[in-house]
Amino acid sequence: MKDNVILEVKNLKKYFHVNGGILKAVDDVSFNIKRGETLGLVGESGCGKSTTGRTVIGLYEATGGSVIFDDIPVHKMNDETRRKFARKAQMIFQDPYASLNPRMTVGDIIGEGIDIHGLYTGKERRERIYNLLELVGLNREHANRFPHEFSGGQRQRIGIARAMAIEPEFIVCDEPISALDVSIQAQIVNLLMNLQEEKGLTYLFIAHDLSMVRHISDRVAVMYLGSIAELTQSGELYTNPLHPYTQALLSAVPIPDPEVERKRERIILEGDVPSPINPPSGCRFRTRCKYAMDICSEVTPPLKEVGSGHFVACHLFDK
Amino acid sequence: MVDISKDKFEIIGANASESQSIVRPSISYWQDAWRRLKMNKVAMASLVFLIFLVLMAIFGPYMRPFDYAHQDLFNTNKPFSKVHWFGTDYLGRDLFVRVWMGARVSLFIGVTIAFLDAVIGVTYGGIAGYFGGQVDNIMMRIVDILYGIPYLILVILLMVVMGQGLWTIITAMVMTGWVGMARIVRGQVLQLKEQEFVLAAKTLGASPGRIILRHLIPNALGPIIVSMTFDVPNAIFSEAFLSYIGLGIRAPLASWGTLANDATQVLLMYPMQLFIPGFFISVTMLAFNMLGDGLRDALDPRLRR
Repeated sequence: MKDNVILEVKNLKKYFHVNGGILKAVDDVSFNIKRGETLGLVGESGCGKSTTGRTVIGLYEATGGSVIFDDIPVHKMNDETRRKFARKAQMIFQDPYASLNPRMTVGDIIGEGIDIHGLYTGKERRERIYNLLELVGLNREHANRFPHEFSGGQRQRIGIARAMAIEPEFIVCDEPISALDVSIQAQIVNLLMNLQEEKGLTYLFIAHDLSMVRHISDRVAVMYLGSIAELTQSGELYTNPLHPYTQALLSAVPIPDPEVERKRERIILEGDVPSPINPPSGCRFRTRCKYAMDICSEVTPPLKEVGSGHFVACHLFDK
Repeated sequence: MVDISKDKFEIIGANASESQSIVRPSISYWQDAWRRLKMNKVAMASLVFLIFLVLMAIFGPYMRPFDYAHQDLFNTNKPFSKVHWFGTDYLGRDLFVRVWMGARVSLFIGVTIAFLDAVIGVTYGGIAGYFGGQVDNIMMRIVDILYGIPYLILVILLMVVMGQGLWTIITAMVMTGWVGMARIVRGQVLQLKEQEFVLAAKTLGASPGRIILRHLIPNALGPIIVSMTFDVPNAIFSEAFLSYIGLGIRAPLASWGTLANDATQVLLMYPMQLFIPGFFISVTMLAFNMLGDGLRDALDPRLRR
């Protein structure tokens, strides 16, 4: 694949049938992730971030479009490629209290991937589990304990160790820090970054904390109501946001300097997020956009490159 | 402010790995449940009684020198005595021995039915819940249809085919009884399969069989065990009822139901003959129900106030 792209998502669609119609959770999303890179995916609750992550990893069947991971088409797998794919792509989950089976010991939870893929047995398997526990900053004595004996941060480490057990190349991090205390968030993010450096991992990092995403991501995609509004390098996004939605989002990030904070001007969006069951025609953001024009209700703005590697989906930048 | 010089302090070190260690001894879910169950006095009394019942069912018939089928027509309808502890029935058979033989049959029927219901119900409900959608829809409609068939009709029909006996009762009751368990397990599985730890297992490439056996059923085991505990007294009572109306097991084999049935013929003269099996049926059912209640509280602490 060109440019060392490990994951290619093209026109991905995921619709859910619900009472009252079809919920378009992800509608026509396209992006690439390069090997060794972290792509941050931000947006408010219910904009389709997690659904995108779960569809990319193959937990949900896609309604349309394609996901190609390292030449494997994720939604057209047979049992054998599914196993191959599972060894390369893993996921870290949001809720550390729900993501570990309460009836299994930590050692068995971490060792599950090893067992499924038959990587090690007996003493080697035990050693491998101890190594993984130490890799994420826990003790080897923890292998015989049950998840309920651990704190949220420790559980999230166990979740990371489980994903790392089969040495994947790509990890979808589905809001791995949003359920943790702020002091623990930094620990987990640093752990993830260290692991990335050591093992050359690629991340799709889903979050709604903009400062955290900036810290960990190389590039950031901003989602609004099931589609990508803006996608660019993380430095560029924070210094030069183009999409009105991104501007509004960034204006809400507090700045740790009272002088600046006092003068900071917030862009307050009017109204609520429209229902994804019946989204606005044309540009989905137009109902809350102060720059809305006639064309916005008629034509859906495509994601277009406006600068080097800076993509935005907005009619303001039509030429 | 008092000046405190630095040399008054000593760095004793903060070990990163030590700060992660857990002092409390490791306790599994089952140990924790047992600890909670032990605090419930009624449930523990029930458990002790049931253990006593099982021991007596095994050893009771050998405690007196009589055979359960041995008739002694010179000693019919005797009251309680040193020789016949519970007296004798209208054919002079020793009731003490017969009550414990009956306990064997009743407990065997109860436990077998509960076990078979669980095996079939868990498999069926697990599959329906896990695969969901159309599979679930079709499987649960079949359950609904079976739920509508009264087991009494099935017992009578099966009796025509298989003849009267222990296994006819068990077959008929399992054929209609497992649907309750299937519904419970399906509900549990539907709830559990959306949990993140199941998604994590899927991402790791686990097969449906592995997910059902290692992730879903172990987490649904609490309600399954509780439901089994309530299944046992139901089965015992149904067998007693069937035996009482004459559809049960055949003489000379005894169950608590047939003992009660025999006793009705002489009820007006010797009411104790009905009282004894009646007492054991009631107390056993009560004990199983109390134990079931206790287990439900112990296995699912969220339900407790």
